[in-house]
Amino acid sequence: MSVRPRTVAALLALAGLAALIAWAASELTPFGTPSGPANAIVRTLVHERHAANTVNGVTYDLRGLDTLGEELILFVAALGSAVLLRHGRGEDVEQERGEDERGAARTPDALRAAGTALVGPLVVLGVYVVVHGHLSPGGGFQGGVVLAAGLLLVYAAGQVMALKRVEPTALVEVADATGALAYALVAAAGLVFATAALENFLPFGTTGNLLSAGTIPVLSVAVGVEVTGAVALILTELLDQTLLRGGE
Amino acid sequence: MTVLPYLVAAWLLVVGLWGTITSRHLVQQVMCLTVVQSSTYVLLLAVGYRTGGYAPIVSSSVPPSSPFVDPIVQALALTDVVVEATVVAVLLALTVQAHKRFGTVDPDRLGELSG
Repeated sequence: MSVRPRTVAALLALAGLAALIAWAASELTPFGTPSGPANAIVRTLVHERHAANTVNGVTYDLRGLDTLGEELILFVAALGSAVLLRHGRGEDVEQERGEDERGAARTPDALRAAGTALVGPLVVLGVYVVVHGHLSPGGGFQGGVVLAAGLLLVYAAGQVMALKRVEPTALVEVADATGALAYALVAAAGLVFATAALENFLPFGTTGNLLSAGTIPVLSVAVGVEVTGAVALILTELLDQTLLRGGE
Repeated sequence: MTVLPYLVAAWLLVVGLWGTITSRHLVQQVMCLTVVQSSTYVLLLAVGYRTGGYAPIVSSSVPPSSPFVDPIVQALALTDVVVEATVVAVLLALTVQAHKRFGTVDPDRLGELSG
């Protein structure tokens, strides 16, 4: 289809879609007065699960099975990107080595210093966000992304040589798989120690304590490890492409 | 204006789709797709918002009996963000492969060069 008829068809279709959605929106519950059982769910999660952050109570307890599927989606997507990007890699290995050194030389000193200084605090923040998921805003997904950003900072600071030395690819692959496996094991443990998969079988403790809410913080940490590995794996593979194509 | 947040979501959806259709660059097309997905965040959070409600995190100053915004739609928005990130990662990897194979990232020229 050539460009002009396609543009006209798209305009007509989108105008129709917009009109239908506007019509549908006019019949929705007015903004600010939801009809869902929000307060009943908050009370259930606080009184029966002792989870202060009820969003993660929903994610890792009430909807725990969905989260298992969700983190497996992330696992498979990270694998898929790695397989796609590694295909045909290797013919330019010599060029890659040269690019490493030139890339490091081009990075300004101020950026390198700031990047290096920020890596430590960022990792601490990431771990904090992961382990306090049941108490304060955050959790495994959010903290995992913060931790993976630490790796990106190492790259931005021009420490590609340092990255090559610690070989993060093997490490992040293991983290990715370990996190996914740990979540599945905790899910299966519900069958062994309680009556159903993903049943919250650990002691609930006192609301607001670090060790409380049963399996919720355990699952949050498993997801944190998995997300760190998956996001870092995707970033590493995409960065490898940048290094390979850097000379063009 | 009680429907304004819903209309913002509709606007993001339509504008993102328009960008996806008219884009001449695969990376830009992926970014337009993220605009489409961000409309679902606005819709989900708008559906669960309660005027004067607290964030659904209980503490000593916010007892469980206070009015809260809906935690379920917030958890759904979290799922949504994760799915978007994975979709973007796979699509960008495919873009890299398409550029390697065809030497272009214009979606209209991919077919021409393959034949």
